[in-house]
Amino acid sequence: MTSIQARPTTSLAIWTGGWVLATALLSFGPRFLWHYSEAATLVALALQVAVGIGMLFSLRQQVRSLDELQQKIQLEAAATTLAIGLIFAGSYQMLQDVRLLGFTPTISHLMIVLAITYMVTLLMARRRYQ
Amino acid sequence: MKNRLKVLRAERDWTQADLAERLDVSRQTINAIEKGKFDPSLPLAFRIARLFALSIEEIFDDE
Repeated sequence: MTSIQARPTTSLAIWTGGWVLATALLSFGPRFLWHYSEAATLVALALQVAVGIGMLFSLRQQVRSLDELQQKIQLEAAATTLAIGLIFAGSYQMLQDVRLLGFTPTISHLMIVLAITYMVTLLMARRRYQ
Repeated sequence: MKNRLKVLRAERDWTQADLAERLDVSRQTINAIEKGKFDPSLPLAFRIARLFALSIEEIFDDE
């Protein structure tokens, strides 16, 4: 990574950390901090969405700062993650419909699959070009 | 695509990191180009050619 690329990566890490904190606030705040006050929850929701949008722009800036091979690696990882995410989401939902799942599928399961797939495909793509 | 990047770099006693810095790309990209695992875009090929004061055809061979 060149010094020109390090800055957007640090910025993305900060935005991602902020988004995790804002999500945690939205998840636990209503129960533990403001006892389900609707106004406070709406503020937390607005904060989470705003930080999420900031993270999105930061990610875009970070990808643009990469060189052409690194962008290609990111594209390959993102495409594979999207494809696996779609396949997983479709099958997962169906498993509940045909009563093969004893619990309700939630979006967090999909997010875990997406995150793991992205990390694995990124490592595989990086290794391929070494 | 075959290329003479490694030879040209060695002639100047540059490391992959040196060349990467001069071309404003990552060391991994230089390594991948040298090994023929990645073909550079036309703008990057021109930057490489300009750096070594050669034509693109003198560095890259598409056969």
